[in-house]
Amino acid sequence: MNKKILMKGNEALAEAAIRAGLKGYFGYPITPQSEILEYLSRHLVGSNRVFLQAESEVAAINMVYGAAGCGERVMTSTSSPGFSLMQEGISYIACAELPCLLVNVVRGGPGLGTIQPSQGDYFQAVKGGGHGDYKLLVYAPNSVQEMADFVYKGFDAADKYRTPVLILTDGALGQMMEPVVFPDYNPDNHYTNHSAWATRGKSKNRDPNVITTLNLEADAMEKTNIHLQAKYKSIMENEVMFETIETEDADFLLIAFGLTSRIAHKALEMARENNIKVGLLRPQTLFPFPTQAIAELAENVQAILTIEMNAGQMVEDVRLAVNGRTPVYFYGRMGGVIPQPNEIYQKIKDVYHSSSKQISE
Amino acid sequence: MSISQEGIHCNYLNEMDLVWDRPDTFTDTTLHYCPGCGHSVINRLIMESVQELNIEEKTIGVAPVGCSVFAYHYMFIDMQEAAHGRASAVATGIKRILPDRIVFSYQGDGDLAAIGTAETIHTVNRGENILMLFINNGIYGMTGGQMSPTTLKGSITSTSPDGRDYNQHGYPLDITKIIAQMPGSAYVTRQSVDSANAVRKTKKAMMKSLKYQMDGGRGVCFIEIVSNCPSGWKMTPTESNEWLRNEIFNHYELGDIKQLPKLKTNEI
Repeated sequence: MNKKILMKGNEALAEAAIRAGLKGYFGYPITPQSEILEYLSRHLVGSNRVFLQAESEVAAINMVYGAAGCGERVMTSTSSPGFSLMQEGISYIACAELPCLLVNVVRGGPGLGTIQPSQGDYFQAVKGGGHGDYKLLVYAPNSVQEMADFVYKGFDAADKYRTPVLILTDGALGQMMEPVVFPDYNPDNHYTNHSAWATRGKSKNRDPNVITTLNLEADAMEKTNIHLQAKYKSIMENEVMFETIETEDADFLLIAFGLTSRIAHKALEMARENNIKVGLLRPQTLFPFPTQAIAELAENVQAILTIEMNAGQMVEDVRLAVNGRTPVYFYGRMGGVIPQPNEIYQKIKDVYHSSSKQISE
Repeated sequence: MSISQEGIHCNYLNEMDLVWDRPDTFTDTTLHYCPGCGHSVINRLIMESVQELNIEEKTIGVAPVGCSVFAYHYMFIDMQEAAHGRASAVATGIKRILPDRIVFSYQGDGDLAAIGTAETIHTVNRGENILMLFINNGIYGMTGGQMSPTTLKGSITSTSPDGRDYNQHGYPLDITKIIAQMPGSAYVTRQSVDSANAVRKTKKAMMKSLKYQMDGGRGVCFIEIVSNCPSGWKMTPTESNEWLRNEIFNHYELGDIKQLPKLKTNEI
């Protein structure tokens, strides 16, 4: 058993990246993610490892593009306004099929907003975010342990699918300290040879490798899109991750991701103490979304309550999954406010009673 | 994309009579540039230099957005196409990850001196060991001839129909002079390809820059090539070259702007 270490979420993520074989980091300071940048500036050292503080998030994501195009494990991290600045570059990276890891430690918006934690970037993360039809594979940790674990998963998936992977977390998870255990992970055993497409200098017996996203012919560009969509379909079939808590006998289902899922879990315990059979489903991947699992649970519950730290974003995906099988309610706080367990419990009681009334009527 | 390593072969000539041929690093794909445009010459010159230095297996180029976006159709080496303005950031990512490779970026004036100004300045400021090629024709050619940051006073473009007016549009940006003042630039020169002599000088600057990078480098080598845009300027190729010599070079004076002491000797 590896040693348990007390660490900040941002630092655990950075340490995991080094252990996962990170070759290059390009980033720009922004609260509440700067610890990732600072940690890597101290620890990402040694031969063939690059730490570079860029002049902007725009430059950082394009450095990631260039470095990922060389076929090495590279990443960047930022927080919401910076993630907006990166969107153009991420669209290029997705189209050029460059594997890399992105991290968004979300803060409250819109605008300059607040440095308090938020989940307001859900749409931007899972619906593409930049221009054109593309998706990111999105992991949503809810603990410092998962802040580390999803780094390994993220790099492996990025290499496997040749696609940008995003860890969508928030300011609270980034800043909080918890025990974390780093798994045994030897990057050499997870090495993917990208030399077939990477630009590392054209060896004698092959044609040039060209990384481009341009295709003026509509038919050819559609083929690129069809190829990308097939990849996303494969990701949807193979990479869905979620956790369920006390859903077996539940007649009322909570759905929440990231930080909110921990508060929802507390509210679940309060409800269970008062004989309301509440269960919780926590998506660990936001794209691909656990559509099937939600659809199946929707058959057996009287109502679903989605809880988010935003105005109601994931709830749209929940409604698509539920497809009218059962009523879907929403409770959210915005602008960096973290909901309290008793607020959620109160909402559970309100919805539970109104939905049981509907059913008995 | 069809790329072939075959050069042009003339059946009616004996091989021993051959005095000119396409370099192996320059494909026989038909160039899409307008007749008389400097891009085709510059594309060829950088590939000639790469071949003569025998570095085609370790050179990675970064193609821009703009008229030369398809540079990778003509350059038979590994290449990345960058987003508009970001070529030097992409080149930085490549060079930092693979420091023993030779990396060059190729950008126009809209790309390098407008949308990519921050990346340009900071790439130079970090002293990245890359070659930056800056093709300045004072116009957005690809998008139909709009005013660019380097367009001269009075020039009529599709977005300055009454000619560039300093009060409305500001001044032509001489970014090369700014770059020459920065400690991160090693070699800064302004050249052209409007005559055979100018072509030779430009190639010499490219060879010098690439050799410098091969020797390890101590900063950005920056070559501005003041070039023409016959279509955008609404001129014949000959007129456009005369316009360069009679008007443009008076503002953008040709010649070396910055050399490191080491580069002044013949050792590189």
